[in-house]
Amino acid sequence: MQTAIQQVDNGVNVTALLGAREALAQAPEAARFTWRARCDWMMGTHSRVAVEDFHGLGEEQHHRQRFTYEVDHPEVFAAEDQGPTPVEFVLVGLAGCLTAGIAAVAQHRGIQLHSVRACVEGRMDIQGILGMDPEVRNGFDDIQVVYEIDADATRAEIEALVAQSQKRSAVYDLLTNPTHVMVSVK
Amino acid sequence: MIPGRLYLPYRPLQRPARAVTVLVIGAGHAGLAMGHHLTRRGIDHAILERGEVAHAWRHERWDSLRLLTPNWQCRLPGQPYTGPDPEGFMGMPELIALLEGYARQLGSPIHTGTRVTAVRALDDGYRVETDRGAWRCRAVVIATGATQLPVVPTLAAALPPWIESLTPLAYRHPAQLPPGGVLVVGAAATGVQLADELQRSGRPVTLAVGEHLRLPRRYRGRDIQWWLERAGLLDQRFDEVEEIARARRAPSPQLVGGPSPRDLDLNALSERGVRLVGRLAGLSGTRLQFAGSLAMHCAAADLKLTRLLDNLDAWALAHGCHEALPAPERPAPTRLPTRPCLGLDLAAGEIRTVVWATGFRPDLSWLRLPVLDARGRLRHHGGVIEGAPGLYAMGLPFMRRRKSGAIHGADDDARELSDHLVAWLAGQTSRRPGRCPDRANAPA
Repeated sequence: MQTAIQQVDNGVNVTALLGAREALAQAPEAARFTWRARCDWMMGTHSRVAVEDFHGLGEEQHHRQRFTYEVDHPEVFAAEDQGPTPVEFVLVGLAGCLTAGIAAVAQHRGIQLHSVRACVEGRMDIQGILGMDPEVRNGFDDIQVVYEIDADATRAEIEALVAQSQKRSAVYDLLTNPTHVMVSVK
Repeated sequence: MIPGRLYLPYRPLQRPARAVTVLVIGAGHAGLAMGHHLTRRGIDHAILERGEVAHAWRHERWDSLRLLTPNWQCRLPGQPYTGPDPEGFMGMPELIALLEGYARQLGSPIHTGTRVTAVRALDDGYRVETDRGAWRCRAVVIATGATQLPVVPTLAAALPPWIESLTPLAYRHPAQLPPGGVLVVGAAATGVQLADELQRSGRPVTLAVGEHLRLPRRYRGRDIQWWLERAGLLDQRFDEVEEIARARRAPSPQLVGGPSPRDLDLNALSERGVRLVGRLAGLSGTRLQFAGSLAMHCAAADLKLTRLLDNLDAWALAHGCHEALPAPERPAPTRLPTRPCLGLDLAAGEIRTVVWATGFRPDLSWLRLPVLDARGRLRHHGGVIEGAPGLYAMGLPFMRRRKSGAIHGADDDARELSDHLVAWLAGQTSRRPGRCPDRANAPA
């Protein structure tokens, strides 16, 4: 009896997520989150960014620890390469978000994952950021994500997982839709 | 619930309210279907209609529109299709004639030219105000339609003044639009049909595409509606699907009816020269911004279509139809520009008109009852409106079944809701002498 049922376990607590959805339907204000990062300039193009607290479920929340990240630019930019470039952090965010979504959707659909690997590439013409050509945008003009997924599922089911994770991804949404951004000085 | 006492002081009556057991609001297919079932059960009722029978089909549809369902499927309670062209698709004149004929043989009194201005709760039912006097009744059926008001994004208000913009309710034919490019926003049935018609009229069309539902007109030699109906998908009940709220929000499928059956998917449109762009995501100054999610939405629609066709093939195999039908086939994946356009400057003059095919909603502004959710949608359980006993809806998308929004979907819904209504009336009568209101009504 115990061995007959194959439990799908991708390490995602779907019951808790669905429960949260139900609870938040009753209290939509609690669903409003604020995410924060605090950045200190070190030297040159090198900064250190810390992530520690955020707001959600109606109160201040804390990560289990303070996370810090070095952000810099590579030596070909005449910098010291003390960390990834900011645009690479964007790719980090996209890959992390889509992959978390794949795990959650797979769990919900009863699909056991064995391995999920993504290669994320963002293409950019740096004539934009160097101010050489006003016709060229600063940001990526293309992002490509290629997944290699080993799971107990058909190819169509795997493709559907990847499609659904895009549909529910915050970072995918951020990159494909405009966002109001206000930068000010205190 | 509004306490019944509230109605007392509100205004002196000019003439006494007419009394009837059930009022049906709206004489479209849904209201008429309810009239049929109330008549069959001998329930005293009347149908109130703001204009004439089939009013919206007469006055709020574009000229070339045909139903998405083939004629054989356009059944009304007690009336199958018996015309000469079962595989054809009705245009508006045929549909209006059909509904008019149906209304004439119906036993229901229909009060045309009677616009409902308010519905309020009374102790023992409802008070329905109209521009031609008031009514009192014990139950009300709202059959005013799901597509009364266009839903238009707020950025529409910020379009530059030289851009014409209109909704499908105001659209009749291409000549209404100035020459020049058209942006059609939305790729459900309305959006793809208008994009096709406008492109054919010589106006270069850009189509903004978000989440959509791709369907072939015919599959393995049969209309897709034959498949959906025979395989039981159209009869799927609202309490059987996993997320009914999402199913109710689903866009209408990319289908068109016409003299000769044809597909009207994104491939057909881009072959005709329509430019596909992502969902309209913003307007910054005069610059329209399109989402970068076109590929995702198309891939999702292709996957969903393949899954549907797989299920239909499996059904055909299991039900012995496989051998008799042509071999299974799969439509080509949606072809997309390698780099879709992400922005368009309206100042460049390329676009002259914007058509908002961004959906519709019912107009319930006259409903003075606390029955709407935070988004202004009716809270109902299969058409039985929550928090207002004796109040029912008809004709809403996926109300009781997947087919609820279609003409042929009205029969089963009206039968079941009239059952519910009769049980509720009976329960109310039997407990009338001041007893505790133990709810006698059957669950929906």
